[in-house]
Amino acid sequence: MSAVVETRAPSFLTHTGLLAVRALRGGLRIPVFVVMQLVQPMIWLLLFGALFESVVDIPGFGGGFQGSYLEFITPGVVMMTAMFGAAWAGTSFVQDMDRGVMDRFLASPTSRGALVASTMVYQSVTAVVQGVVVVLVAVACGARFDGGAGGMLVVALAVVLLTALFSALSNAFALLTGQQEALIGISQLITLPLMFLSSAVMDPSLSPDWVQSVARYNPFDWAVVAGREALSATPDWGLVWSRLGWLAVAALVLWWLATRAFRALQRSA
Amino acid sequence: MSPGTSPGTSTRAVDLRKTYPGRRGAPAVAALDGLSFAVPDGTVFGLLGPNGAGKSTTVRILTTLSRADSGTATVAGLDVAREPDAVRRAVGYVAQKPVTDPMGTGRENLVLAGRLQGLGRRDARARADELLERFGLTGAANRLVKTYSGGMARKLDVALGIVHRPQVLFLDEPTTGLDPEARAEMWAEIERMTGDERMTVLLTTHYLDEADRLAARVAIVDRGSVVVEGTPSELKDGLHGDTVVVELDASAALVLPDGAAPARARLTRLVVEAGLRDVVVDGAQVRGRAEVGSAALPGVLATLDAAGVPVASATVARPSLDDVYLRYTGRAYGAADRTGAVVAEEVAA
Repeated sequence: MSAVVETRAPSFLTHTGLLAVRALRGGLRIPVFVVMQLVQPMIWLLLFGALFESVVDIPGFGGGFQGSYLEFITPGVVMMTAMFGAAWAGTSFVQDMDRGVMDRFLASPTSRGALVASTMVYQSVTAVVQGVVVVLVAVACGARFDGGAGGMLVVALAVVLLTALFSALSNAFALLTGQQEALIGISQLITLPLMFLSSAVMDPSLSPDWVQSVARYNPFDWAVVAGREALSATPDWGLVWSRLGWLAVAALVLWWLATRAFRALQRSA
Repeated sequence: MSPGTSPGTSTRAVDLRKTYPGRRGAPAVAALDGLSFAVPDGTVFGLLGPNGAGKSTTVRILTTLSRADSGTATVAGLDVAREPDAVRRAVGYVAQKPVTDPMGTGRENLVLAGRLQGLGRRDARARADELLERFGLTGAANRLVKTYSGGMARKLDVALGIVHRPQVLFLDEPTTGLDPEARAEMWAEIERMTGDERMTVLLTTHYLDEADRLAARVAIVDRGSVVVEGTPSELKDGLHGDTVVVELDASAALVLPDGAAPARARLTRLVVEAGLRDVVVDGAQVRGRAEVGSAALPGVLATLDAAGVPVASATVARPSLDDVYLRYTGRAYGAADRTGAVVAEEVAA
């Protein structure tokens, strides 16, 4: 008779780490996916950069923003890439639910919070790597960022918080609907409008008043503003940290909601 | 289960009920309608029934994945509604669908499952190697699961369910979709596994021969409740005598389509007059029972011949779980499985 193996109490952090490693490993095993993930943000940057290059010449653009348009949109494109990627985070839940993988996890002591958090970690790692690519391409095209390494770290933090927020939202939708199609809804109906109702590629002060009002409550814009401010020569740190703070609160609330969505799944099962 | 306690039935369901709301105006579907059973500890218990009978729903409630509308269930002495976390530590669950991650290797799948169950890194690796060896997957240990054959993947599914040596293992249709060879191998694995690890196993299956071979006790589930429960031999002995099966010729099947009630009634009457009881006509097959089948058969054939009903073949057999199913549900097993499948698809849609 084999003795019962001693088991430790399951831990949220251990589970998050184990599941994030599984996701990263799985992602890296699809080379086409990796290449697409790296090429796409470059396309955004070069496309928007070329399309709207001359908007910086509009009088009053950026409320005194001094740099080139490329420098203006780089943080915007970094955040866009992060948000668009995170909107699809629920895909892996849907795949696991289509197979019996999710049921196996849920019939075991696997931490529900860790299931959600692990996709937040996985998406964040992807988004930070993509952000680095965007910044490198921008620099290669002549952009200069006065914020330096400190500013870049703040941008990375904003990327992580923004990714966490939208990954949790996407996971919640995936758990409640179990359908890939619902995630298309998030991308089309939520993230795309949020992108245009922000200062990512256009200065909202040139847009109608209502756009500016919406942008103030737009979590995506919080990340863009925090990132752009941190990269400037003289950041308004009060603004940066308040936006990052709101992002962190929103990400925590959505993580909690996504974790609660497992109960809805059990009720409907 | 602490040593010293006499073997009991710490895994049981009492009067489970569950109704799925009908979608898009469809009527609600009662998946479970007062289902009850008790599993003797340390044995293999079979829930046997056609697709849509409520077996998977029962397993999902017992593994905390779903909740019953009413009724109670305990697993390893733990109430599934009140102590779900403790239940999850006590059970292993192998779903009907594949439970492996196709983008991980066999070993990675096992190590991750072990670690999520609370094993340390070294213990999880050792256990993974042990299970790979036991299930004959050592050679494929470092290959991605998406390259596995159906039989290999199913073995890994079962290995994932026992990585933490659960007290109670749930196997939901473990051999559905496997070819006969892989199925025979899986049966051998399950027998060896239950012998070695002394687990309580709750097996659902819609294969009568599978329940007959693996389960110490069987509960036949039909339309959301247990219609009869016992050891396979008890159930079969409850049916006295032999089973006589007459396959009619295809030309006779043509004059007896489903719904041709008068023709079927006439045929049934003929066969009853010839000395069989519990007669059921299902398509081109006529089944009945007789105290001594070989003695009754000539009379049956003569009667059919005299009535001009052509016969393709006739067999006499000791009662099987097939006959038990027929006896307690009033339907032939194959027919129930077909109608049940439609219900199951509606529920899943």
